[in-house]
Amino acid sequence: MSGASILEVRDLSVIYPGAGGTVSGPVGAVDRVSFDVHEGEFVGVVGESGCGKSTMLFAIARLLSPPASITGGSVTFRGDNLVTMADRQLNLLRWRNLSVVMQSAMNALNPVTSIGAQFKDALEAHGKFTAAQVRERSVEVMDLVGIDPVHLKSYPHQLSGGMRQRAMIAMALLFTPELVIMDEPTSALDVVAQRSLMLQIKELQRQLGFAVIFVTHDMSLVSHFSDQLLVMYGGQVVEVGPTRMVFDTPSHPYSRGLLDAFPSVRGPKVELTGIPGSPPDLAQPPEGCRFNPRCPVVEGDCHSVEPELYQVGTVRSRCLRHNPERAGTVEVSS
Amino acid sequence: MSAPTQPVPAQRTPAGEEPAPLLATRGLTKHFKVGGAFSGRNLHAVDGADIVINRKEIVALVGESGSGKSTIARLLARVYQPTSGEILYQGRPLSSMRGRRQVLEYRGDVPMVFQDPFSSLNPAYRVSHGIMRGLKLHRHELNRAQRFEEAVRVVEAVGLTPAADILDRYPYELSGGQRQRIGFAQALAYRPKLILADEPVSMLDVSIRIGLLNVMAKLRADEDVSFLYITHDIASARYVSDRLMVMYAGHVVESGPTEAVLADPKHPYTQLLLSAVPDPRAPLEVTAEAAKGEPPRVINPSPGCRFRWRCPLAIDECATTTPLLRPLAPAHVAACHVATADPDPTAGTDSVAGSDSGGEAAPE
Repeated sequence: MSGASILEVRDLSVIYPGAGGTVSGPVGAVDRVSFDVHEGEFVGVVGESGCGKSTMLFAIARLLSPPASITGGSVTFRGDNLVTMADRQLNLLRWRNLSVVMQSAMNALNPVTSIGAQFKDALEAHGKFTAAQVRERSVEVMDLVGIDPVHLKSYPHQLSGGMRQRAMIAMALLFTPELVIMDEPTSALDVVAQRSLMLQIKELQRQLGFAVIFVTHDMSLVSHFSDQLLVMYGGQVVEVGPTRMVFDTPSHPYSRGLLDAFPSVRGPKVELTGIPGSPPDLAQPPEGCRFNPRCPVVEGDCHSVEPELYQVGTVRSRCLRHNPERAGTVEVSS
Repeated sequence: MSAPTQPVPAQRTPAGEEPAPLLATRGLTKHFKVGGAFSGRNLHAVDGADIVINRKEIVALVGESGSGKSTIARLLARVYQPTSGEILYQGRPLSSMRGRRQVLEYRGDVPMVFQDPFSSLNPAYRVSHGIMRGLKLHRHELNRAQRFEEAVRVVEAVGLTPAADILDRYPYELSGGQRQRIGFAQALAYRPKLILADEPVSMLDVSIRIGLLNVMAKLRADEDVSFLYITHDIASARYVSDRLMVMYAGHVVESGPTEAVLADPKHPYTQLLLSAVPDPRAPLEVTAEAAKGEPPRVINPSPGCRFRWRCPLAIDECATTTPLLRPLAPAHVAACHVATADPDPTAGTDSVAGSDSGGEAAPE
């Protein structure tokens, strides 16, 4: 990506301390995650439920609620570290420079006030506007996302699922931020509405130039839209690189497994296996590589050596097969 | 309305000469009253659905949310009573069933598997509880030891081992995929003929969905069970099903052998649905044209095709006459005035051939 980086996440870690009295220890939901977001870039984050992707988003936006807490690392947005920033300062950035689109618009929108009133609330909380300005800006953003501005008077239940999600996106764009964080905004929609929403996000991005971090469990959804792809597993980034590279030549067995888990509507019909087993319990992550209990190409040292992210061409992969030092040290496996 | 031709020859019912499919519906319709008793407003959830499910067949019912596919499952499971129309089970109308025993028998033959494995198992009981109850209720011939044997068998049949250990656990000790397998095991314990699976994998992680779909295929092969697989994911429908039915706004708009429908979708809605499926294997090409419009809310609908507002091929006739399903290719029917038939639709009656001039079924 050509633009300058606007968000730098370094070694971000989030821990949920074990609830009092239970046997389980602290849960490391996000473990030393690092990546950059550049101007106007679309970053896709994929992984199964419980892999820490939503927690990571909330950590970046500083929206985590106790008992979860950021235990390490930094999130640098335009030179300022969001992790250590005071709330007052954070309030100036939120919504103006960085906004969030929540997963379920049905729950994120207030059911008892009109869409327009909610737009007004957001505008007034983060700036000073006259009634006319509020009106003007609200109409503008509704036009942007392709909803008739008469719906500013509507209540959330009067809109269809797709329109509600669009209204959420309109709300996130009230101040034309530089970064919009989206947490599965399309997961409640059917494929047709999903596709048109994705096209709309991409088009808005082209017009307004904001960057997007897009979290989803549906890897195929971002395949045609994202520039950079992060694959998360067990709280860690297991593969990161240009989207097309990850899709064409996945270098981590988990990415490969995820890709092979999707039946296709085109081409020959093939028998698929999915990935056996289930995601790890993060209170007691497996020793060594966290994917080793489910990995089809597991070898001896996968059970003991914790892999790092190794450079493989233009992507980085957390798999010991790509450890440059391994060839010399481990001969047992062959 | 002509019934779809059946690809698999059905067995003969003991009662009559006619070969009866395992389950068939005739003009199945369900309307819900909305907005109070005197509003006179009816939501047409399902209108005139003719469905045929043969023995050992997996039929996929595909459509967006609100298209009426779950209503059909609930009608077949006798959760709802149809507003009109009839459900024939092995040639016998459900409305003729009398008494608890007959209804129970039907419920055992046609059980349902639910969408959410986290709320469909009772958290207070062990896994064995649900399976054993089903066995007690529907399989009187078994004694206590046989019931346990049977429970172990069905748990193993859905791919969970060691079965005795799994049976002893509580639902919270199982992952989502394992719980949903238990859902199938419970249904299997009744020795069913047809399992109604309402979005059984949509709550599960993508990496384990395929495993469940494979379980369905295996049960069909090993236990001779038919499935009605309800989903909005057309790719997974293709993966497991023999026949595909597409619903839009309460109408079945297209039906036929899965591969034939996907290779050559006749209805513009099926074409739209297919073009919207993201496919990572396809080369990078983003068509700039977003789909227009939203699915209609079918409250007191006027006649005409319900897809016409979104349809790129709509002609005047679409606004006045509701299109009926008509054969366009072998065993392949679609409800569209504009769609063109194959040169030689074997099923004959190409009654609306004149409307072919209205437009070509343009590839999406």
